[in-house]
Amino acid sequence: MTTTTSTRRDFLRVTSIVGGGLLFATHIDALESAAGILSPGATDFVPNAFIRMTPDGIVTIVAKNPEIGQGVKTMLPMLIADELDVEWKQVRVEQSMLDTTKYQGQSAGGSNATPANWLPMRRVGAAARAMLVTAAARTWGVPESELTTRDGAVHDHARRRHLPYAQLLDRAATVPAPDLATVKLKEPKDFRIIGTRQPSVDNLAIVTGKPIFGIDVTVPGMLYAVFEKCPVFGGKVVSANLDEVRAQPGVRRAFVVDGGDALEGLLGGVAIVADNWWAAQKARERLQVVWNEGATAQQSSAGFARRAAELSQQPPTRPLRNDGDADAALASAAKTLRAEYYYPFLAHAALEPMNTTAHFVNGKLEIWSQSQTPANGRRLVAQTLGIPETDITVHMARSGGGFGRRLLNDFMAEAAWIAREAGAPVKLVWSREDDIRHDFYRPAGWHYFAGGLDANGRLVAMKSHFISFGEKFRQQNGQEAERGVRAADIPQLEFPGRFVPNFSLGASYMPLGVPTGWLRAPGSNGIAFAFQSWLDELAHAAGRDPMQFRIDLLSVPPIGDNPAQAYSGERMRGVVELVAEKSDWARRSRSLPKGTGMGVAFYWSHRGYFAEVVQATVSRQGALTVDKVWVAGDVGSQIINPSNAENQVQGSVIDGLAEAISQEITIQNGRVVQGNFDDYPILRMREVPPEIEVHWRITDFPPTGLGEPALPPAPPALCNAIFAATGKRIRSLPLSNHDLSWS
Amino acid sequence: MITFKVNGETKTVDVAPDMPLLWVLRDVLDLKGTKFGCGIAQCGACTVHVNGTPSRSCRRAVSTVANAEVRTVEGLSPDGTHALQKAWQALDVPQCGYCQAGQLMSAAALLERNPKPSVAQIDTAMNGNICRCATYLRIREAIQVAAGVTTQAGAATPGGREE
Repeated sequence: MTTTTSTRRDFLRVTSIVGGGLLFATHIDALESAAGILSPGATDFVPNAFIRMTPDGIVTIVAKNPEIGQGVKTMLPMLIADELDVEWKQVRVEQSMLDTTKYQGQSAGGSNATPANWLPMRRVGAAARAMLVTAAARTWGVPESELTTRDGAVHDHARRRHLPYAQLLDRAATVPAPDLATVKLKEPKDFRIIGTRQPSVDNLAIVTGKPIFGIDVTVPGMLYAVFEKCPVFGGKVVSANLDEVRAQPGVRRAFVVDGGDALEGLLGGVAIVADNWWAAQKARERLQVVWNEGATAQQSSAGFARRAAELSQQPPTRPLRNDGDADAALASAAKTLRAEYYYPFLAHAALEPMNTTAHFVNGKLEIWSQSQTPANGRRLVAQTLGIPETDITVHMARSGGGFGRRLLNDFMAEAAWIAREAGAPVKLVWSREDDIRHDFYRPAGWHYFAGGLDANGRLVAMKSHFISFGEKFRQQNGQEAERGVRAADIPQLEFPGRFVPNFSLGASYMPLGVPTGWLRAPGSNGIAFAFQSWLDELAHAAGRDPMQFRIDLLSVPPIGDNPAQAYSGERMRGVVELVAEKSDWARRSRSLPKGTGMGVAFYWSHRGYFAEVVQATVSRQGALTVDKVWVAGDVGSQIINPSNAENQVQGSVIDGLAEAISQEITIQNGRVVQGNFDDYPILRMREVPPEIEVHWRITDFPPTGLGEPALPPAPPALCNAIFAATGKRIRSLPLSNHDLSWS
Repeated sequence: MITFKVNGETKTVDVAPDMPLLWVLRDVLDLKGTKFGCGIAQCGACTVHVNGTPSRSCRRAVSTVANAEVRTVEGLSPDGTHALQKAWQALDVPQCGYCQAGQLMSAAALLERNPKPSVAQIDTAMNGNICRCATYLRIREAIQVAAGVTTQAGAATPGGREE
C-alpha cells in the first residue's frame, strides 16, 4: 500500500481493497458513492474489483492474470473464495481484461503468481466476508464477535440461525470496506478450498472445443494474415514480388513492412492478408523476397563454439565471486579434475503458434492476444503505432502454452501494424516454422570447471568459468560495462558457492545477433545440467555415493553473506533426503543391473527447492528408456491446488527430459536450421516415463510457485542415471548427439 | 462445391479443393475446437474422424472428404458427457489445453475400435499426439478410466484424489 494521493479515509480503504496499491482518479467518483461499492445493479454486491455477488447465490470472481496452462485462472480465485467462505461450486470465474489500474500486476512469469498473490488475494476475499458479517450483525442486532461464516452463509450458533450471503447483499453494500492491511485471515487449519484438488475452471470448455484460445478469436469482417520475416534476425526487405502475390486466390492485400531494429519489436517483412489463413499461407509459397540480411548473416553455432573454446583459455572477463584461494587449494588438493559442459540454444515451441487479432478503428485499437505480459505488449504496440496506450483495449485470451515465449510481444506489434495497414480487423497467425525460426531462444552456454578434493573426498576447491553471450551497456555512473544478454547470466550465488571454502566463479561473453529470451526456468534450465552433472563427477571421483556426497555438501555451514531471498542449504537438504527415502536410493541404486542406473540432482529456482531421482535403462545398442522419476519439492507451507501442482511438476520433469534428450536449435548462416516438430521433437507418449512420483516437504515458509522450479533437476538427474547405467559421462546436450551404446 | 457431413449436419462449402479440412472447419465453418499446431501432420492437434478413422486435418484436402462423415471434438458431445470428456475433467488432465481436442479424438477412435485397450495399445494409438505441457500420464490414465479398465488413481497422482 503505497498510495498517498488522498487523505480521505474511505478512499484509502477502498483503494487498498482493490489490490493493495494504486488507484487512479477516474475511479474515485464511482468508489465514493455507496461507500465504495461499484454496484452495477441495486441487488448486486460488488465489494471490490474481484468479486460480484448476486441474489441467485452466484459468486463471480475475476481472474486477473494471463492463463497459459499454469493454472492461475483456477488458483487465484480459490484464494479469494476460501477467505470469502463460499462453496467452490457457487463460484463462477471470469477472465479480466487488461486493466492494471483495477487489478495491478497482470502477468504470467517467474512462477510469481503464488508468492505475489498469496496474501493480497486472500485479503480481497476476507474483506468482503467481513462486510457480510457486519451486514448480518446489523440485521440481527447482535455483536459481530458472536457470528461465524461457512459455505456462503453467516451463522449465529447461539441462536441457531443463519443467513445466506445472498440475502445480505443489500445491507452489505452499505458497509464500509475494511482496511486490507488489518483484515482477519483464516488460520490454515480452517481452509476449505485451499489445499483441495480443484480441476481447472476451463476444463469443460476445453473438452467440448469451445473457442477460448487466442487463435479462436473471431471479429466480424475479420481477415487473416501471415507475415514473412527475414530468416536472418532483423534483416530488411529490399524488394518483393508483391504483384504476383496479390494475384493469388483469396488475397486482399500484400505489403512490405519496413520495421525497426529492435529484435523484440516490429521487424521488416512482407504481410499477406487474405480471406482465410490458408489462402494467405498458400500465397506465401509464391512470395519471393530479396533481403538485406545485415551484419549477423555469418553467425553459426560452430563459430560460437570456436569462440567459447578461445575464451576458455583466458581468465573470465567478469569475475563474479571469489571465496578463499581456489588456485592455491587446487594446487594442494589430493585429487583434481577438470571438465567442460555445453548446452545448445532452445526454442519454446508452445503448441498454439504465436497469433494476435487486432482491429484499428478511428485511431483506436482493440486487440486480442495471449501475451504473458499484456501491459508490456500494450506499451510496445503504442510505441510501434505511435498512439497512446489509453487508446488500446487489450483482451486476454487463454494461451495454448507460454513457457516464457509470450513474455515478449513481437506478435502483438505485428498484428496491430498489419491491421492498421489493412484497414480491417486482422487475425495474424504464425506458421510453426515462423514460431521455431523467430523465437527468443534459450541461449547456449559453456561451463569450464575445475575441482579439488581432499584426502577424505571433500570438495575443497572449485573454479567455474561460464561462457555465453553478452553485450556492453552504460552503467548509472556513466562507465561502460559488460553483461549477459537476456537469460544468459549466472547468479553470483550459484550453488555450490558459499558451500565450498575456496571457490571462484566468473563469466566471459561473446556478441550475438540471435534474439534470446526466457525459457521456463531461465538460466537454471541449462546451469543445473552443468553444475549438477559436474557435482556427480566429483562424487564419483571422490569414491562417494552421489546422494551422500550432496547431503554432506549441503550440511556444510555456508560462508559469506546470504541475502534474504537466497539459498537455504537446510531446505535443500530436506528435499534431497526426502527423495532419497522415497526412491529407496540406498538399497535400490546398488541393486540395479548394468545398463540400468539411478541419478540424482537438485536445484533451487524461482524460490522452490527440488530434488529428483531418475531411473533410466540404456540398451547395449544405446537405446534410452526413462523408467521412473521421483520428485521431492519444497515450496513452503501450502500446496494450494494439489491436482494442478502435481500436473505442473510432472509436466516440468518431462519438459526437462525432452530438452535433455532431443532438443537443439542450431544456427547456420545467421539463421535457425530447425523448423518444425520433425526436427525439433517434443517427447511423445511412448517416450515418457510411466511413473513420476511427486512428494511434498511442507515447511513454514510462505507458499511459492510451481510453473518452473521442478524442471532444472530433470536433465542432470537423467544424465547422472545414464552414467550410473553405462559409465558414460554426458557433458553436452542433447543426448541425441551421443552414442550411448555399451558392452 | 464440396458437400460432407460434420457432426451429423450436412455442410456444403465453396472452397478450393486442395484447402485442408482443418482450415475449412476453422475459418469457413467456424468450428474452432480443432487446432492448428504444425501443419505437417506431426503434432496431432488437428485430429478429427473421417468415417470413424482418425485423420490429421491439416494435411487432408477437403476434396477427399466429399460425402464423408467428419466428426470433430464438438461432436463428441456438446455438454462434456462423453466418457472421455468426463474422465478428462475428473482427472483434471489439461494444462494449457490446446492439444486436448486432438488427444480426445485420437482416444475416441481408439476406444471405438478397441474398448478395453492395454497400456501399450494406448501408447501406440496416442503417440502421434504431442502434448507440449506433457500431461501424458493423465491422458493415459483418463483413457483407462473412460474404458473402465482401471477404477483407481494410478501412479500419475499419488495420494489419491478427492472426488
